[in-house]
Order: sequence, then structure tokens, then C-alpha cells
Amino acid sequence: MLTVEEKIEIDKAIHEVPVKKAACIEALKVVQQKRRWVSDESIKDIAAYMDMSPEELDSVATFYNLIFRRPVGRHIILICDSISCYVMGQEKLTDLITKQLGIRYGQTTLDGRYTFLPNPCLGTCDHAPALMIDNDLYRDVTAEQLEEILGKYA
Amino acid sequence: MEKPLTQHMRGDGAPLSLKEYERAGGYQALRKALKEMEPKAVTALVKESNLRGRGGAGFLTGMKWSFVPMNAPKPKYLICNADEMEPGTFKDRILLEQTPHQLIEGMILSAYAIQADQSYVFLRWAYKLAAKVITQAIEEAYAAGYLGKNILGSGFDLDMHLHTGVGRYMCGEETALLNSLEGKRATPRAKPPFPQISGLFGKPTIVNNVETLCCIPHIVNRGADWFKNLSPGADAGTKIYGVSGKVKKPGAWELPMTVTMRELIEDYGGGMQDGLKFRGALPGGASTDFLVEEHLDIRMDYTGVSAAGSRLGTGTMIILDDHTSVVGFVRNLEHFFAQESCGFCTPCREGLPWIEKVLRTIEIGEGKPEDIKTLEFHTKYLGPGNTFCALAPGAMEPLQSALKYFRKDFEELIRHKISA
Repeated sequence: MLTVEEKIEIDKAIHEVPVKKAACIEALKVVQQKRRWVSDESIKDIAAYMDMSPEELDSVATFYNLIFRRPVGRHIILICDSISCYVMGQEKLTDLITKQLGIRYGQTTLDGRYTFLPNPCLGTCDHAPALMIDNDLYRDVTAEQLEEILGKYA
Repeated sequence: MEKPLTQHMRGDGAPLSLKEYERAGGYQALRKALKEMEPKAVTALVKESNLRGRGGAGFLTGMKWSFVPMNAPKPKYLICNADEMEPGTFKDRILLEQTPHQLIEGMILSAYAIQADQSYVFLRWAYKLAAKVITQAIEEAYAAGYLGKNILGSGFDLDMHLHTGVGRYMCGEETALLNSLEGKRATPRAKPPFPQISGLFGKPTIVNNVETLCCIPHIVNRGADWFKNLSPGADAGTKIYGVSGKVKKPGAWELPMTVTMRELIEDYGGGMQDGLKFRGALPGGASTDFLVEEHLDIRMDYTGVSAAGSRLGTGTMIILDDHTSVVGFVRNLEHFFAQESCGFCTPCREGLPWIEKVLRTIEIGEGKPEDIKTLEFHTKYLGPGNTFCALAPGAMEPLQSALKYFRKDFEELIRHKISA
């Protein structure tokens, strides 16, 4: 069931576009923001609200890598794995994060704190390697800084 | 040396406020155009200025606009493509974060030229600071009467919206971007019809890159000849160039389009890091052909880079040094393209993962001599004319040029069965 709050926000997005369906990505974003991920049940609920079939909405949801169709942790680590960061040592950082948190790409720590994902170019290539945790961008990241950065999020 | 796009930046990374922008001459071009120029005259001026799209394709901006039917009923759309996702590219971020009103003024002028009444900034998800800055700037522009109904008493109306994406490189392809704005999967559309005739929601639409739109106020203010003279070579205007990889001072700089690769790397990028040698560079993002030492003195304009066998692309260069594995470098690129393929057409969906797999095999020392032929086969069949959009052909550019310039690197890993 969509909450009243979610419906109000989705209605706002629908109001902005000439065709209702055009707001479906916004609707997915609204639900993900409240619930961290979009479950099968949410897909059915949003689809019904948007006058779409669940299949059609899911084809959209699964296309975009930042709509999460599986449960994620409280914080998302997105490490840039594109070319400039690769040259500047990203693969070592990836290994270190895996070692420190015990999770590979796509996995979530047992305490539900972190989900670890690779992400294409974060657009800060003059300060590579880079990663984002939730809304925070970290640039020129060194192995020494990792522990401190990862300690910031509860 | 004039730097119209960046000269008024504060220098501390904070955005230029509306007041600061106005004090620096901001929104004068808009006043001038709305008062003195017919929409068609703005298009004619931009055409005459020889401005080419800064998103990567380099199409003439004024020409693009001139295909919009002027007598079509509203709505018409002007869209800013701020989905900067070409690996190695970080130039639009600077403009978005630091001079939001320059972009907004450019968008209003462009919308006026094509008589659009609705405009969107399609911003990639990762640019959180830009989202905040642009949201505030749009609000300020509405409050100051630069957006909304009857702008500056001219009778021209324009609304502007910010749309933040949810990932995928494909959204930067203009027709895929339109599908995404319509709430669909970001797959490319067949052309024709071109977006100028049938774009967003089937209405006439122009999609322009951030840097392209930022040039417009200056062209309207200073004229086409001034713009052309910013670069004494074949191309007009300045360009924001970038260098990343193992140079001493990676960064981005606005320069005339006569700068050479060597100047960019040595004078601006501070030269290679100690102990490292330059082996090659992708001159304009991941989907451009490698250039090597013999090309260091070419001009970084559309003509110069094309003549050397590559593309200016986004103008942001990625350096390959002699301590980085060529095969690893190319594998990283092809992994990106394989992952970002929308899966809509077969050669791209099937070919790119195959390429990535072959490269990975070579990289870990398990390659076979015939693997190079397999890679070469793909550079042909994923090249221009075989796929629906430019993603796969773009992906083939670094691969085919790596096989041309660094073939020995591939062969040695295969021959000696060593990992990179």
C-alpha cells in the first residue's frame, strides 16, 4: 500500500507532466526514498496508481541502476569504477573496502549498515579515485582515508 | 586570452549568485534579444557563429535549431543535456555548479530562438551539488522575471524544470534521454523523425549540451565574429578541456581551440608524474580513439583531432601511462560499454560482453592468438552502420586504436601467458 504521503508526492510529479505514465520514474524515486528500495509489492502498488501493468513498470524500474529492486543497507557506497579512477588505483580501493566490510559488489553488510556497488564515472576525474556514500562525494581517496570515511556512517 | 565561460567564476567553487552574475553583465543578452531580435535572428546569429555542440558529436548548433518548425503549435521543448556520464569527462559539472545562471540564460535564449515554452535540465543523479545549485537558480530566475509568463515584458513565456535521472549512460543519447523523460526505458529512437520535428511527447524538441548552451549568451552579447575569433583556427569559441590520469596536476581549463595535446598535458596538466612516461591518450572521453606520441603537437580542435584519426568528443583527455596495463585499460572501458548497453539491438548487447570477456582472458594470461582476430572482427561489426545508436561504434574506437598502436602489448600477454 502506498502511504498518503507517498501519494501526495507522486501526485505532484503527475501534475508536472502531460501524460500520467511519464511520472513513473519519479514515483519509483518517491517510494525508494521512503523505503530505501522498491519491492515487488511496491511495484504492483505504484503500477496500479500509475495505470500501468506491473510488468511495464518493472521493465522501467530494472533498466535504471539507481532504482534498487533488492533490499539495500542504510548507506550505499558507490565507487567509481570508470577509466580515470581505474588508472588512479580504484581496484585496490575496491579490494580494501571488500576486506574492511566483508562485502563484495552487490552485497550488504550483515548489520544492514552498508551496501557496496560500483558506479560508472562520477564526473570528478581530476580528483580520482572517487566514491560516493549516500549524498556525499569523496575525492582523491587514499587507502589510509578509507577507514575514517567508512567509520562516519552509522 | 578571453575565457567567457569561466572568467566570472568566484574561484572558491561556490556558485555565482544572481546578483553577482548580473553585475558581471548577466542577463543583458536576454534583454537585448527579447527587445531587439526576432527569434529567427538569434538562430541565424548562432549559425553564423559556427558554434558546434560540446556534448561530443560536434554538430552545428544553429543548424540543429533551424530544423524546428517555427509555426508548430505549442508546447515545444528545449532540453539541456546535463547527463554528463562519458567516462573521463567532468567539464559540465564545473559550469553547472559554479555558473548556473549562465546556463539558465543560455537556455532561455535558445528557447526563445526556437520559440519553446517548456524547458528541462536533465541532470545526472550523481551531481548532488549541481542539483541544489540549479534548483535555487531556477527559483531566483522566476523571482526576477527571467522565467515564467511574459518574460521582461516581451510576451515570451518559458517554464523550466529540473529532472534528476536514476543512472544509465544511455540517457545522454538525445532520443534515449527523451524516452527517459517520458518515463520509459532509455533506449534510442529511430531517426527520422528527428527530435526537432517529433521529440518529447511527440512535440518539436531541441536537446543541447550544458557547455553549448553556456556559449549562447556570449554570442548574443558579443556577436558571431567575436566568437569565431576566440580561436584563430578552424573552429569557433573556447572549449573547456580536461586532463585526467597520471599527470602532476589533473584539471580542467577553458582555452582557445588552438591548444595542442602537448600544451594541455605539459603546460596545464603539469606533465607526467615522476618516473612515468606518456604512452597515449583518449582525447575526448572513453569513446574516442587513442592518440599517441606522434600526435602530441596536433591542435585540439574538431578538425585537428579528426585528421589524427580520433574525435574531439567532450575535450576531456584521459592519459595512458607506461605503468598502466593497456589491456587492463581497454578492458575497463569495454566493461563500461558492455554494462551500459541498453540491450536494444543485438550486436551491441551480445558483442560488447564478448569483447569484455576476451579482454579479461588476455589480461589474466589465458588469451589465445586467435583472440586478437575476434577483437578485430568486433571492431568491424560493431562499427558505424551496424547498430541503432552510437554506443557500440563509440566503444570500438578505443579498442581498434589500441590494437593499432599497442598491438604488441596484447600479443606479449598472449605469447607469454602472463597476466597484466
